[in-house]
Amino acid sequence: MFENLSDRLDAVFKKLKGHGTLNEKNIEDGLKQVRMALLEADVNYKVAKTVISDIKARALGQEVMQSLTPGQQVIKIVYDEFTRMMGSEHQDLDFGGGAMGGVMLVGLQGSGKTTTAGKLGLYLRKQGRKPFLVPVDVYRPAAIDQLKKIGTQLDLPVFDTSPDMKPLKICQDAQLAAREQGCDTLLYDTAGRLHMDDTLMAELETLKKGVNPSEILLVADAMTGQDAVNIAGSFDKRLDLTGFVLTKMDGDARGGAALSIKAVTGKPLKFIGVGEKSTALEAFHPDRMASKILGMGDTISFIERAQEAVDEKEAKSLEKKLRQNAFTLEDFKNQMKSVRKMGSVKDLLGMLPGMNKKQLKGLDINDKEFGKIEAIINSMTMEEREKYAIIKASRKKRIALGSGTSVQDVNKLLKSYTQSMKMIKKFNKGGMRSLKGMLPF
Amino acid sequence: MAFSIFKKKDQENKPSETGIFSRLKTGLSKTRDVLNTDINALFKSNRKIDDSLFEELEELLITSDMGMDITMDMMDRIRKRSGRLSTADQVKSVLKEELIALFPQKPESAAPPVLTRPHVIMVVGVNGTGKTTTLGKLATQFTRQGKKVLIAAADTFRAAAIEQVEIWADRAGASIVKHKQGADPAAVAYDAVEAAMARGIDILLIDTAGRLHTQKNLMEELKKIKRTVAKKMPQAPHEVLMVLDATTGQNAISQAKMFHEAVGVTQLAVTKLDGTAKGGIVAAVSSTMDLPIRCIGVGEGLDDLQAFEADRFINALFD
Ligand SMILES: Nc1nc2c(ncn2[C@@H]2O[C@H](COP(=O)(O)OP(=O)(O)OP(=O)(O)O)[C@@H](O)[C@H]2O)c(=O)[nH]1
Ligand SMILES: Nc1nc2c(ncn2[C@@H]2O[C@H](COP(=O)(O)OP(=O)(O)OP(=O)(O)O)[C@@H](O)[C@H]2O)c(=O)[nH]1
Ligand SMILES: [Mg+2]
Ligand SMILES: [Mg+2]
Repeated sequence: MFENLSDRLDAVFKKLKGHGTLNEKNIEDGLKQVRMALLEADVNYKVAKTVISDIKARALGQEVMQSLTPGQQVIKIVYDEFTRMMGSEHQDLDFGGGAMGGVMLVGLQGSGKTTTAGKLGLYLRKQGRKPFLVPVDVYRPAAIDQLKKIGTQLDLPVFDTSPDMKPLKICQDAQLAAREQGCDTLLYDTAGRLHMDDTLMAELETLKKGVNPSEILLVADAMTGQDAVNIAGSFDKRLDLTGFVLTKMDGDARGGAALSIKAVTGKPLKFIGVGEKSTALEAFHPDRMASKILGMGDTISFIERAQEAVDEKEAKSLEKKLRQNAFTLEDFKNQMKSVRKMGSVKDLLGMLPGMNKKQLKGLDINDKEFGKIEAIINSMTMEEREKYAIIKASRKKRIALGSGTSVQDVNKLLKSYTQSMKMIKKFNKGGMRSLKGMLPF
Repeated sequence: MAFSIFKKKDQENKPSETGIFSRLKTGLSKTRDVLNTDINALFKSNRKIDDSLFEELEELLITSDMGMDITMDMMDRIRKRSGRLSTADQVKSVLKEELIALFPQKPESAAPPVLTRPHVIMVVGVNGTGKTTTLGKLATQFTRQGKKVLIAAADTFRAAAIEQVEIWADRAGASIVKHKQGADPAAVAYDAVEAAMARGIDILLIDTAGRLHTQKNLMEELKKIKRTVAKKMPQAPHEVLMVLDATTGQNAISQAKMFHEAVGVTQLAVTKLDGTAKGGIVAAVSSTMDLPIRCIGVGEGLDDLQAFEADRFINALFD
């Protein structure tokens, strides 16, 4: 059993290595593995079938490249095909230039609509718009409270609804209230419902007619299985979606549902949710999603997230340092500081290609530990921060004393730092070179 | 009081019969409709047993989220057993048997176990699977049996999670122990066990925040809740109920493994079976992990929770 698609394709890689050229036979073997991997990544059965036959047609028709092994070539074709299927580039929300914009969030129960409403509110405010949250879920216990609390946390206005109001009335009244309060973008958080629930699907149709939103987004869970095609298909048929959002992408789901939904609706995947916090929303980039499903890591996303939290110059120099294995303890500390806003070091390293979860064990650092780490590194001299190897017993004692920690803590930090270094080195050595020529940077 | 203000989403959909079996069938009607049509079309009575039949059967299993490993395994066995059969109809019976066999066999039940008081059940799972709702439904079942039920509102993270579980406690007629949002969930659990012991509570249900199994810190937090409960009452929690969403694909296996590793899951609940034509992942997880399924959720209402019995479940899908 392979842990994920990446491992499986790595195995395809190895098997095909040295075969020289692509022919019917080695392509079949490779594609069988790719098919298995797609199905295990929850890409829908029929979608996988189409993808495989497209890929085969492309692969067989193609000249054998000098620079790549057959395995690499298969992966590149799969990757290109995925990217093509996922759409050409990121599509932002489109309000058509109207004075008032509306985004209606729909989807199954528990997919993340309410959380996404808050995230989009924050996102739109950053873009200079004035969002207005509208709780339309009068069914689920405390659903209205949930959105109200999110609004308070983010300092965003929320329409004052009560569960005995009718959804359509809520939306219509909210439009007036938004105008009165000087808001220009309504975010309608609708109740979760099953795609086959005719009564509730009809309710959405009525809402759509009544409020005429500029965007209707299906919020779907990245962990969704084979049924994603039916779910997305039904919502799209009844509401003519303008796009979808894939939530809970911060887990280890391969997100094959993205490919399925895209294939069946043809609508763009606009955002991905990568955490429970309101900042955990990312613009969707087809190439990155393709490489995520393929398990090729998300190097670009890593750099981009670093930019948000650090600044561009710092991020560039960090990337350079990572690549040159020149990552010092000082960098470690600075990085950790900004990284904590984005997730753990482990998460970030995990986004790089060729990283495997087991190797990353022991790299977790929580908030409390971070305080210690910062104190320890602050007690080091600059020289020590640059050349950790010189930190021997007596220096450790001094550092521990200076930082109010123990020698054990110092050792623990050094261990976790050297482990990170090892990871980075390994990555620079193997992962990079083997993928060279096919990654978009 | 809060009861009346929450409307039923879909009144007509409420089953009118009260028998468990017919309720189960009603709940699963959509699942059944889809699977059943597929299955019946597949096994048209005079159909030959050939490769195309097997291929379609394989597709049926894969599209039900059974997963590649189990599908391949099962196909092997069905192929072997089909050698002696002559009609597609007989293959259907074989499939049914194989499906039932996937679920861990229930031990011959002797006398029902004597429960310690309080009997502590901790409810865990990834985000949005239906933990709080399932807990609310369970609480209702217990109070209807005349048990004294206490709920620990130990999801102190998600916005209005406490308010949500309070409404469920109210519906169920259970009492609740809560702290403020942002409080330490382990402390809530500890206080709840203490209260349960002091007040002679029969069942204590602990609602925990949804968390992805890959989030190490949050999994540590869950372990801490469990440890803290055990500190107050050594055998507790007596059950760790993991709630899985039936629409989930293969990731459910990874979820179950990691939750099990962290807190020792003792049984599963599968929700939203009213909404999916698939649910094969239920079988995959239960069989891979050898964990029993305690109950299944077939709707959002108070009564939409059923006991799970493999043969009954599979039969309901076929007939
Ligand atoms: N890890 C993670 N959790 C998320 C993400 N988006 C939402 N969640 C969590 O998923 C759970 C369900 O989210 P909600 O926003 O309440 O979902 P909903 O679709 O509004 O649910 P209903 O209104 O009941 O249908 C909550 O625990 C959220 O914190 C995400 O991108 N990552
Ligand atoms: N159709 C259907 N919906 C369900 C079922 N069980 C729960 N739900 C719905 O799923 C959504 C999420 O349920 P919750 O109980 O809040 O889920 P949770 O796991 O507690 O969520 P978090 O605490 O945010 O992780 C709600 O809208 C529920 O009404 C079920 O069996 N069928
Ligand atoms: Mg909601
Ligand atoms: Mg909950």
